[in-house]
Amino acid sequence: MHSFGYRANAVLTFGVTMLAVMCTLASLSDNFNTPTTSAEVKILNINWFQKQANGNDEVSLTLNVSADLSSLFTWNTKQVFVFVAAEYETPQNALNQVSLWDGIIPSKEHARFWIHTTNKYRFVDQGSNLKGKDFNLTLHWHIMPKTGKMFADKIVMTGYRLPEEYR
Amino acid sequence: MQLYSLLEQSITQTHLHTLRQIEEMGRIKFLGDVKIRPALIQLLNLGMIISSALMIWKGLMCITGCESPVVVVLTGSMEPGFKRGDILFLHMNKEPIRAGEIVVYNVDGRDIPIVHRVIKAHERRDTGEIDILTKGDNNPVDDISLYSGGQLWLNRHHIVGRAKGYLPYVGYLTIIMTEMPMVKYALIGALGLLAVTSKE
Repeated sequence: MHSFGYRANAVLTFGVTMLAVMCTLASLSDNFNTPTTSAEVKILNINWFQKQANGNDEVSLTLNVSADLSSLFTWNTKQVFVFVAAEYETPQNALNQVSLWDGIIPSKEHARFWIHTTNKYRFVDQGSNLKGKDFNLTLHWHIMPKTGKMFADKIVMTGYRLPEEYR
Repeated sequence: MQLYSLLEQSITQTHLHTLRQIEEMGRIKFLGDVKIRPALIQLLNLGMIISSALMIWKGLMCITGCESPVVVVLTGSMEPGFKRGDILFLHMNKEPIRAGEIVVYNVDGRDIPIVHRVIKAHERRDTGEIDILTKGDNNPVDDISLYSGGQLWLNRHHIVGRAKGYLPYVGYLTIIMTEMPMVKYALIGALGLLAVTSKE
């Protein structure tokens, strides 16, 4: 009853159980965080807007993304994955979401940022529906914790419109 | 008084003798005198442990709606968020799949699931079917080269689950056991030995 084997087993079991409990508590503490975030995306320029050989419309944009996501960071936050997606609908598709740019915010110090970039991923439609298209730019963020549950949310910015003609 | 206690004593003696006889009958006279009843109880205990573990696993499968509710991250394609050896808790429901979600999917013809993020989603109006493009956070290009044949999009039936929760490092044991089978056999052998020889 008091052999090394039993003692090692008891210590190990207790240690693992305690670790699991601490991870759960750390994750639960994230629920008490009420974030206040702000973001703004400006389209600085439509670089070009063409129909590809396969019949799909493609547009290249230059964006200015500025956001303050510092209130998302808790002691249990490892990084925040943020991306900007163009969201619109077409006669064929009820919803289209195309990610234009993404980035990783590793810590609270980097959470207030400002970036001037062309779209990292190609903005290609399924078909040729983009002429004069109204679309939303949504800033999504995914909080990746040190342990436990992952949270995600977004800010929807409306009122963007693509040109009526190719250029 | 004396007679009564003598009677008591003789009855007790007979009882003890009978008990010893029963014990003798219960012994198998080989394998170093293994008692059959304690061995059966031990086997039953082992069976209980295995079946309760199985029940918990199957229960998790029902609650989360996934074939494998817990997966181990095998590659570094989602770093620095998920490193090799981290485990992910999956969940699957009828909610539509949207951009930004971390999904686990199987490519037709391959059985190793891949954990990447959805970067494009096109949901058809008429059928409700959805075309998805994924990409690992740490990869320079999207996953089109990973899809089988000339496939351009993933569909809902490829998706095994959405990653909802995360624990670091815990899955490294699974990786070690998969990549060095000797460790797996040594561990199972040691556990088996412990189960048989423990005196509980």
